Amino acid sequence: MANIEELKDFATQVRRDILRQVHKVNSGHPGGSLGCTEFFTALYKEIMDHNPEFNMDGENEDIFFLSNGHISPVFYSVLARTGYFPVEELSTFRLINSRLQGHPTTHEGLPGIRVASGSLGQGMSVALGAAQAKKLNGDSKLVYTLHGDGELQEGQNWEAIMYAAGNNVDNIISTIDLNGQQIDGSTETVLPLGNLRAKFEAFGWEVMEVEEGNDLQKVIDGLKHAKTLTGKGKPVVILLHTIMGHGVDFMMHTHAWHGKAPNDEQLETALSQNPETLGDY
Amino acid sequence: MKKYTDTGKKDTRSGFGDGLTELGRSNPNVVALCADLIGSLKMQDFIDENPERFFQVGIAEANMIGMSAGLTIGGKIPFAGTFANFATGRVYDQIRQSVAYSNKNVKICASHSGVTLGEDGATHQILEDIGLMKMLPGMTVINTCDYNQTKAATIAIAEHEGPVYLRFGRPKVANFTAEDQKFEIGKAVQLYEGTDVTIIATGHLVWEAIQAAVQLNDEGISAEVINIHTIKPLDEKAIIDSVKKTGCVVTCEEHNYLGGLGESVARTLSLSHPAPQEFVATQDTFGESGTPEQLMEKYGLNADAIIKAAKKVVKRK
Repeated sequence: MANIEELKDFATQVRRDILRQVHKVNSGHPGGSLGCTEFFTALYKEIMDHNPEFNMDGENEDIFFLSNGHISPVFYSVLARTGYFPVEELSTFRLINSRLQGHPTTHEGLPGIRVASGSLGQGMSVALGAAQAKKLNGDSKLVYTLHGDGELQEGQNWEAIMYAAGNNVDNIISTIDLNGQQIDGSTETVLPLGNLRAKFEAFGWEVMEVEEGNDLQKVIDGLKHAKTLTGKGKPVVILLHTIMGHGVDFMMHTHAWHGKAPNDEQLETALSQNPETLGDY
Repeated sequence: MKKYTDTGKKDTRSGFGDGLTELGRSNPNVVALCADLIGSLKMQDFIDENPERFFQVGIAEANMIGMSAGLTIGGKIPFAGTFANFATGRVYDQIRQSVAYSNKNVKICASHSGVTLGEDGATHQILEDIGLMKMLPGMTVINTCDYNQTKAATIAIAEHEGPVYLRFGRPKVANFTAEDQKFEIGKAVQLYEGTDVTIIATGHLVWEAIQAAVQLNDEGISAEVINIHTIKPLDEKAIIDSVKKTGCVVTCEEHNYLGGLGESVARTLSLSHPAPQEFVATQDTFGESGTPEQLMEKYGLNADAIIKAAKKVVKRK
């Protein structure tokens, strides 16, 4: 295992990348990206056995699907900084002729992306297909997914959730980013999700919670524990409690920064709270 | 005049089912999915022979399309089957993002298309699906005319890398194309040579076009008949070459005139060889309950309607 301090430095640099990407084009989604920085860091630096020499089929490696594609800034930063494409390419985020589209896509051939996402609610179905393909191929590696909590309002998720348990798809670990926020406000005011643990359990999933989803060590421990629950006949879900905008004080605990970029001054403040570690692109 | 013989009425969906069964034996990467319509899609033989390669998703078409996209990651060739309505309109965004935009090698196999599914009525009779699917960048759109052609097409699309929409139907119709035909995606099939009018038909309307051409010939009008099984990519050369000779065209499809084969032909001709055209298609309407024959008659989708359109378009030259 990598030194936890090194991993935290990695996460801090990812936060800088997120903020600088969205600031440059004055668009994109910093809030959810910042909130999921520890998750991505843990997954790509510590948990998954993956190959940056990208191969679409991903045979004999762990693969990941981002269902809530709008948090592309964190995904791009982590992919770049784990070797999938040059870090300098982060400067092309959302620009014309870029491989780093507003929402992730395979269309421009960006290494690390296996399906387009952005229109919400589709990622788990795709992941289930990939998980079933792994079983057919005798490939014992795992499939990971990430979903927003608001995203669970999309009905397709519940088709997939029902399918996964009903068909014992036990080589998948889905994570729900429980930050309680969505564009129009809190999930509680927009459309309450109710008791998600009870819902997943009722569908037949193995449910775990990570209460401090922005504590890197706890996220790593949670994902490691989740791995031990796979292969036992049930799909596994992690309810990951995060804080939207984590790491930038004025972006935390609000939906205001879901899809809004900081101005010059705000960027400076935000970056000062996340000092450069691995070097800016 | 060449005679096309109906070797015995068969449903196109059985062509799909039998094609899928052959693929199950010949191509280990072919997998199949269905949303609670195994019997209707004739998938049982494939399932019996390859239970581990079949995925019953239940009444959950969105999940079926997403899973199909995912199964390609790992090298599988998914054939996802359900009714045309539920295979397109219901899941348009899933197809658009997870399949077409993501360029996944998914075969969307749609039975019960058009009005000829009959008694179930308009909720199940989609007449807009060709339009929906042909507008998706990269999507191949195929509408087969009989059992033999559907079976051949099913087998052929497994070899084609990229998303495909394969459209077929429920009723038993004339089976008249060659059993051993080679199905070439995007290649029109000329059924009759003629000089006065070109009749371009797809799906169940191809047999009607043949009947129409025979009768037109008796009345002194020489009709060239082209079977366009692939609506996208369209065999533009075959269309232009024919219309250059005949000077007018009738397009025939079990689909709304908006967005269908007819509009694709009109675009092709308007760009290089404008010519009078008549559309044998539904006229921006929903279907209704009835027998397939009654519905084809009422909605102007049979040989009589084609003959009328041909005579009209010849006068417009």
